[in-house]
Amino acid sequence: METITNLSPIILALPFLMFLFLGLCGNKLFKSNPNIAGWIGTAGLSVVAIVSYYIAIQYFWVEGKGADAYQQFVLFNHEWLKMTDNLVISIGFMLDPISAMMLVVISTVSLMVHIYSLGYMHGEEGFQRYYAVLSLFTFAMMGLVVATNIFQMYIFWELVGVSSFLLISFYFIKPSAVAAAKKAFIVTRFADMFFLIGILILSYYTNTFDFLKLTAVSDGHATLVNNTMCGEMFMGLSVTSIAMFLIFLGGAGKSAMFPFHIWLPDAMEGPTPASALIHAATMVVAGVFLVARMFPVYFFEAHDVLTIIGYIGAFTSLFAAIIACTQTDIKRVLAFSTISQIAYMFVALAVSGYTSEHEACLGYTASMWHLFTHAMFKACLFLGAGCIIHAVHSNEMNAMGNLRKFMPIAHITFGISCLAIAGILPFSGFYSKDEILVAAFEHDKVLYACQAFVAGLTAFYMFRLYFRIFWYSENPAHAHHTPHEAPMNMNIPLIVLSVFTCYSFFNLVSNDSYQLFSSKITADRVGFELETNWTIAIASLLVAGVGIAIAWVLYKEKNDKPDMIAGKVKCLYISASHRFYIDEIYLFITRKIIFGGICVAIAWFDRHIIDGFMNLLAWISRELSYDIRDVQSGNLQQYAWGFLVGVLAIAMFAIYY
Amino acid sequence: MIPVEAYLVVSTLLFFIGVYGFLVRKNLIGILMAVELILNAVNINFVVFNRFLYPDHLEGYIYSLFVIVVAAAETAIAISIIINVYRKLKDVRVDSINELKN
Amino acid sequence: MAEYLTSIDFAGLFTADNIVFFILSAVILVCGFMSVASTKLLRAATYLFFTLFAVAGLYLTLSYEFIAAVQLSVYAGGILVLLIFAIMLVKNLGTDTETISYANKTIAGLSALAGTVFAFITMSKFRFIPSEEANDAAAMVDMEMVGQTLMGTDKYQYLLAFEAVSILLLACIVGSIVIATKSKED
Repeated sequence: METITNLSPIILALPFLMFLFLGLCGNKLFKSNPNIAGWIGTAGLSVVAIVSYYIAIQYFWVEGKGADAYQQFVLFNHEWLKMTDNLVISIGFMLDPISAMMLVVISTVSLMVHIYSLGYMHGEEGFQRYYAVLSLFTFAMMGLVVATNIFQMYIFWELVGVSSFLLISFYFIKPSAVAAAKKAFIVTRFADMFFLIGILILSYYTNTFDFLKLTAVSDGHATLVNNTMCGEMFMGLSVTSIAMFLIFLGGAGKSAMFPFHIWLPDAMEGPTPASALIHAATMVVAGVFLVARMFPVYFFEAHDVLTIIGYIGAFTSLFAAIIACTQTDIKRVLAFSTISQIAYMFVALAVSGYTSEHEACLGYTASMWHLFTHAMFKACLFLGAGCIIHAVHSNEMNAMGNLRKFMPIAHITFGISCLAIAGILPFSGFYSKDEILVAAFEHDKVLYACQAFVAGLTAFYMFRLYFRIFWYSENPAHAHHTPHEAPMNMNIPLIVLSVFTCYSFFNLVSNDSYQLFSSKITADRVGFELETNWTIAIASLLVAGVGIAIAWVLYKEKNDKPDMIAGKVKCLYISASHRFYIDEIYLFITRKIIFGGICVAIAWFDRHIIDGFMNLLAWISRELSYDIRDVQSGNLQQYAWGFLVGVLAIAMFAIYY
Repeated sequence: MIPVEAYLVVSTLLFFIGVYGFLVRKNLIGILMAVELILNAVNINFVVFNRFLYPDHLEGYIYSLFVIVVAAAETAIAISIIINVYRKLKDVRVDSINELKN
Repeated sequence: MAEYLTSIDFAGLFTADNIVFFILSAVILVCGFMSVASTKLLRAATYLFFTLFAVAGLYLTLSYEFIAAVQLSVYAGGILVLLIFAIMLVKNLGTDTETISYANKTIAGLSALAGTVFAFITMSKFRFIPSEEANDAAAMVDMEMVGQTLMGTDKYQYLLAFEAVSILLLACIVGSIVIATKSKED
């Protein structure tokens, strides 16, 4: 225990120091050989990864298991800002099953991205800056998941937003990258405003920011929230529900849930490895993590909000999956797939129960499990896409085709990840997605039907991607520019990540492996025995198989069937390929209605009434001062006369009044 | 026995004669003389009050001594300033000493 | 005011004390006024001299010989001589005449008059009751008592003020020398 406590500051301090070092001195020190900056960053992150793994292993297998449940350790908690006696913002380190799991996810993906970037970003302008921001991101994300209180989480929440902004706008000479960075920052910031309001409402009533106090459960209630907020109503709604819904909106912004999803596809303007780390594996699941962190409050005190989250998630996953089927930019396909998969995790949380008895909290476990597996295979997909883009110098599917001959490693790892995301036995995605479907089936048949359909769509569009890239007919452009296999330091991360995706092969032979998540990561931290629901498993396998089969028929080789189908449902196809015009609606609302309508009136009011009033004051004082400045004549005797009159007046007042 | 009020009438008139002089004189030395009149009027008051109201102490007495001393000091300084001003500006009228005004 | 006038004993008006007082007051007021009204500064200084002299006389009628002596020596002997020196040193001022506008004179005069009226009204509202011992007006204040008061440290004794004034005088001597000395560039 002491070792963990002593090691834990390294996880936060090292990436931060790395950021300062590379950010402040990187450009000067490593001018001639920027690669050294990359190596230093990677070495630092390796240390962080080792420490994270050590802490996670120690926690799960040695220290963490209490009498019946996993304990929540606060390894350190430094008081930082004291608002009132009770309302204190601390910076601390909390270790519990989900934060320990997130330590593994973040450090793994981050380390892989660091190694991969050594090859991918080689020779780029601003290489040192890239590594500095990656370190900043790792620091911020680690701080977010180990936060001991909701305000610390909010602080780091904004920090990951900043590093996301910096990485999207990495190629800041490209106007599209700048626009995308601004869009991402403004949209998430807009959502974070609701998050902050939610925090303030919650802390106003409960008088604490501390997660341990907020999520303490007894007798089927989140005690503190129930005691302080129960029965408080605002405009006919329970204040708890409002606060928790606002907090969820913050999460929805970060996790790109409808209608805040518009920033994520554009965020692909950033370097591909950064997209893999931030916009696929870690930062975008912060919203899921937030809901999981506050899960007892949602479940016991704001269950209606949880239901809303479920339906928003289901809608978003369907919506994003349909769009993903029509996109031709491979990174956009992956981006929409990410939105869809994160929505899965929200659905899983929404259909979860709290206790471990009778697998009630299966949804919670499945959500975290899917978070884990998704982080691995989606990072692998993105990094694979990076290799492909590196090879053909284009993001468009049309520039690809039949690449399996040229890039075998990318082909195999990409294929494994596609199988995983499609949910094919025995890849990791099958298990996590299957548990989500089981939980949804037991909770709400509508959500189940929706998610099962989305699973089929997922299989379809992922294999559409796979076939278009690696099979299909060969692109004539490749004749004079042969695509080549990526260098080793780019391939190793792909292999490592696909090994993570394949670890679930052990599930077939070892029950311990199968129970890895269900025994450790549950809402009440007790753990339960997971049993496979074969009916649903087979159903989802069939659905995935159908999706893959359709993709096989349409995209194995060049043919005119896809266009024909697109022509049949032309309306749907066109609107989906325009992402259902959500961006246009946003632009219409902001430009036409807000800027063009409301703001004009406000600006007029500001210019003429507010400014006018100020100008009037200035004019009055100027005129007055012109009038009274003669009083200050510099004439001694005039002053003396004034003095005399004043003295007489005061004397009269003093004596006769 | 001359009543207190008679002295006070004299000192009041002298005081306001001094004030009048202070207000109308243009010449710095003239103003200084008006100030002397004012100080004398005050001194008369001090002495008279001391004499008639508290003859067993000497507060007013000592006070007027101090006033005389301070007046002497003030005059000495004022005159050296006036001489210096005259040397620099060749003029000692208050309304024309306005070098700092512009 | 009416009460005040009726209280005056007209029969006893022409005692020696009263005559002396009237003469001195007349000198004070007339010469005082002349010293502010005279257009020639040297004349004004001369009128001021008479005024100061008469004030000293007033002190004598109150049996305060020491302060009368100080008045004569410091004011008449010191300050006035200084003033006359200054008038002489500043070119042409001895004969220079001042012209003061009537508007200025009127405003200043009315202000002073208003102040005088105010002071008189106030005075008439209050009675000044002389203490019993004040009737021993003839009793001189002996120098020993003055000395004790100036140099003592008890209640109603003013050593500290005396020392403060001595420092003031020292500073004033040094200061006036510094100010009046011609600087080299002049």
